[in-house]
Amino acid sequence: MARLDHLESLEAQSVYILREAYRNLGRLGMLWSIGKDSTVLLWLAKKAFFGHCPFPFIHVDTSYKIPEMIEYRDRVAKELGLELIVHRNEEALSDGMGPDRGRLACCKALKTDALASMTKKYGFDGLIVGVRRDEEGSRSKERVFSERDNDDLWDHTHQPPELWGQFKTEFPKGHHIRVHPLLEWTELDVWRYIGREGIPIIDLYFAKGHERYRSLGCAPCTAKIKSDAATVDEIIAELALTKTSERAGRAQDQEDAYAMQKLRQDGYM
Amino acid sequence: MGTDSSNGIGSGINAAPRETLRIVVTGHVDHGKSTVIGRLLYDTGSIPQGAIDKAMAASKERGLNFEFAFLLDAFEEERKQGITIDTTRLSFSTDKRDYLIIDAPGHVEFLKNMISGASDAECAFLVVDAARGVEEQSKRHAHMLRLLGIPRVGVLVNKMDLVGYSEETFAKIVEELGDYLAALGMGADVFVPLSALSGENILKASDRLPWHKGPTLLGALDGIAKGPSEDGLRLPVQDVYKFDERRIIAGRVESGSLREGDTVLISPGGRTSRVLSLESWLPKDRRTSARAPESVGITLEDEFFNQRGDIVSHQTDPPVVAARLRASVFWMGKEPLRVGRRYKLKVATASTDAVIDAIHSLIDSGTLAPSEGAREVGLNQVAEVGISLRKALALDPFASHKATGRFVLVDGYDVAGGGIVTLAMAQEPARHGFVKGALSARSEVFEEYYLSFGTREVTKSPGDAPALYGVGDRVPLSGDSYEYPYDFDIVVFRDRVAVLIRDGRVQDILRLDDYSFQGLPLVNGSGYKVIADSEESFRELRDAFLSDGPKNEAALAQRHLDFNAYRRIAFSKADYSI
Ligand SMILES: Nc1nc2c(ncn2[C@@H]2O[C@H](COP(=O)(O)OP(=O)(O)O)[C@@H](O)[C@H]2O)c(=O)[nH]1
Repeated sequence: MARLDHLESLEAQSVYILREAYRNLGRLGMLWSIGKDSTVLLWLAKKAFFGHCPFPFIHVDTSYKIPEMIEYRDRVAKELGLELIVHRNEEALSDGMGPDRGRLACCKALKTDALASMTKKYGFDGLIVGVRRDEEGSRSKERVFSERDNDDLWDHTHQPPELWGQFKTEFPKGHHIRVHPLLEWTELDVWRYIGREGIPIIDLYFAKGHERYRSLGCAPCTAKIKSDAATVDEIIAELALTKTSERAGRAQDQEDAYAMQKLRQDGYM
Repeated sequence: MGTDSSNGIGSGINAAPRETLRIVVTGHVDHGKSTVIGRLLYDTGSIPQGAIDKAMAASKERGLNFEFAFLLDAFEEERKQGITIDTTRLSFSTDKRDYLIIDAPGHVEFLKNMISGASDAECAFLVVDAARGVEEQSKRHAHMLRLLGIPRVGVLVNKMDLVGYSEETFAKIVEELGDYLAALGMGADVFVPLSALSGENILKASDRLPWHKGPTLLGALDGIAKGPSEDGLRLPVQDVYKFDERRIIAGRVESGSLREGDTVLISPGGRTSRVLSLESWLPKDRRTSARAPESVGITLEDEFFNQRGDIVSHQTDPPVVAARLRASVFWMGKEPLRVGRRYKLKVATASTDAVIDAIHSLIDSGTLAPSEGAREVGLNQVAEVGISLRKALALDPFASHKATGRFVLVDGYDVAGGGIVTLAMAQEPARHGFVKGALSARSEVFEEYYLSFGTREVTKSPGDAPALYGVGDRVPLSGDSYEYPYDFDIVVFRDRVAVLIRDGRVQDILRLDDYSFQGLPLVNGSGYKVIADSEESFRELRDAFLSDGPKNEAALAQRHLDFNAYRRIAFSKADYSI
C-alpha cells in the first residue's frame, strides 16, 4: 500500500491529538475564531468523532469583529448543530474599551482577559486552539499540549518534553491545557486541505474588487491584501509566490518586535 | 516567521502529494547548527523577506553583523543569551521532497528539549566544528540519537574555512567520529565538509574542496532513504466511542495495515474477533483497509470488553504481554530516578504504575563506559534498568516495533524520562495462585489475616497450604481467618482470570473475558466478596476495576467489595505462644 501523503499524515496526526484531548482532559472546549484554521479544526473534529462534536465551541467575541463573521458563525453553528458559547468581556466593553485605547491594551482586555474569564467561568480543563507553528515566532515554540497556570500564564522556558506523542495529561487542578492539533500545519497545508476536502469557509478570504483578507480578526485592526485570488486554487497559487508573511495585515503583530510573544505569555491564543 | 514549504525551490503549485522527511540537526554548542540551518533555508529561498528584514533589524539593533542564526531566533531572551534554547521546526523543499527540520540545541541543560524535538525525526545530522573537532556533547548527542531509535546519522563537518579547507583535518574527524559511531552500533551514512558561513558545498560542489568526492549538503539530504515501514499490525486502542448505535474502537495504526474481515487478536486480554467495518464520517472517506499512520475507527464482530491501552494485532505476530521489562532509559527529571520508586509508565496508549527494580548499568555518555552498582540516575544520564509493572501490558521490544516499544516515565505531573524496551518478559508465573496451561493468576484468597495483640498491627501470611492450584485440585475452604462456601467463583482482575470452585475443588480456570456471572458467591483475588447480583452489575464493576487507575481503587473497593463476608481478622498465634 502506498504511504500516506503529506495532507493525509497531517490529518491523521490532528485526529489523533483531538482524540487524546477528548479522552484525557476533563472538561473540553474548542475555540472557534470563524477563520479558516478553526474551521478546518471543526472539520477534523467531525472526522475524529465520526460526525459528532462532543464538546462546545467557543467564540470570544470582541464586538469589533467583521460583521460577516458573526453572520457566518451563527449560520454554521445552526447548520451543524454545534453547542456554541459566545463570550465577551462585557465589563471592559461597557467601560468603552476599543482599539483607540491602544491596540495591545484592547487585545489584552477583549481577547486575553475575556478568554481567561471564560475558561474560569466554565471550568475548562482543556481548550483546543487552531494555532500553527509557522504563523509567527512565538507560536513556533509551542507544544501540542501546552499547560497554562491558574492565571493563564504560559511558561515557555520550562516546558516538559513531548516525547513520542505522549502529551501532557497530568497537571494540578486549576491549570488547563491548550491543545494545538494544527501546530504542524502551514498556511499552504490549510488551503490545500480546504481545497481537497471541499470545506465551506467564510467568503471574506476570496477576492472581491482586487482585495481579500488573508487573516481574519477585528474590523479596525485587520487589513485586506491586494489580490485577485477568488478561489481556493487561486489562493494556493498566490501563496506559492508570496514573500510577505500571513499576519502582515494584523496590526497587533506589528506593534513591536515582541508584541505577540508578550500577548501570548499572558494567555493570548 | 512564515516558512511555507512551497517557497522552496522546485515545488510546483499543484504538485502531486510529496514526501516529507523529518530531520534533526544537532551538535555541540557553537559548532554551527543554527548557521547551517539558516544557510540552508536562505539558499533554498524558504524564508519570506519579512523574516529576513526582521533578523537584519535585530542584528543592527544590537550592533552585530548579520548572523544566519538570527533567522531562527524567534525569542527575545534567546537573542540576549545568544544560544538556542528550544527546538524550532522549519521546513524547506528540494526537487526531490519536502523537509521538516528540527533545530536541536547543543546546550546541555536543554537536552530535554532536544530530545523532545528529536523525538519524531527520521534522520539526524551531527554538526562538528572542523577547527575544534569532536567534543563531549557531540558524543552525548550521538548516544541520545541511538536511544531515540534514530540509527541513521549524517555528519556535517562545518567551518572548513577555519582550517583552510584541509583534507587532512576532515579525514581525522571522519575517522574519530566514525569509530565512535561504530562502537555505538550506528553507521554514519555520509560525511560532508562545508562552510555554512561562506556557503561552500551547500547546494553546489565547492571549488575550495576539490578533493571531496562525496555529496554536497543538498545531495546528502536527498540521498537519505526513508526507512522501511514495519509490517506487523499494531493498533493501540485510544478510546471506545458509543456516540450512536455503533461501538467504535478508535486508534492510530502505528504499524502495518488491517482490512475489513481480518481476524484480530486483542492483547493483553487475549480474545480474538473479526473486523466488521472501518468507520468514517464522510462517504468519500469510506474504505475497507487502513495502514500506518492512519487514525481509524473500527467495529468488531464480538462486543466484549476492550479499553484504552489494548493492542489490536494479527494473530500471527502478537505483542508481548509483559509485567517486567529491561529498558534503556534517559532521565530528564529534576529529581533523580531511584531504585524502588514508583512512576507512571506510558507506552503507546496504555499506562500503569511502574517500579524501578534495578539499575543494571549507568552509561557515561562521554566515554560510553558503563558503571555498575548505581542507585540512582541523574539529569541527562542514561541507564539500563529493570522495571516491574503493576499491571501487565501489551507491548513490544523496540527492535521489532517502535511505537509500542518505547515509553515515558511520569514523575508527579511531568514526563521525566524516556526509554526503549530491550527485553519484555512475559508475566512471572504466580507463586500463589491458579494455573491452567498458559493462563495463570496470582491469588491471596487463602492468605490469613492476623492481628498482633501487642503491636495492634495486622499482618498477612500465605498460610502453609500448597501454593498453586490447577483444575481438579481441592482448595482449603476454611482457615484461621476465612471461610468460603463449597461453590463460589474467584475473579482476579489484575491478571484477568476467573476461577470456578465447585464442591471445594477447582472446576475451571478461564480468561476473565470469557467469564459470565454465575449467580454464585463471588470473591476477588484477595478473597473479598464482590458485590454483584446480575451479569449486568458484574460487568459494570468489572469494567470499572479494569479501566480505573490505582487512584480510584480504594473508592471502588468501598463500593463494590465486602471484607467481612467470608473473612475476619484472627488474633496472631505468635502472640500467645510467647
Ligand atoms: N568561520 C565560520 N564560522 C561559522 C561557520 N558556521 C557558523 N559559524 C559561527 O559560529 C558561531 C556559532 O554558530 P551557531 O550557528 O550559532 O552555532 P550553534 O550553537 O551550533 O547553533 C557563530 O558566530 C557563527 O557565525 C562557518 O562555516 N565558518
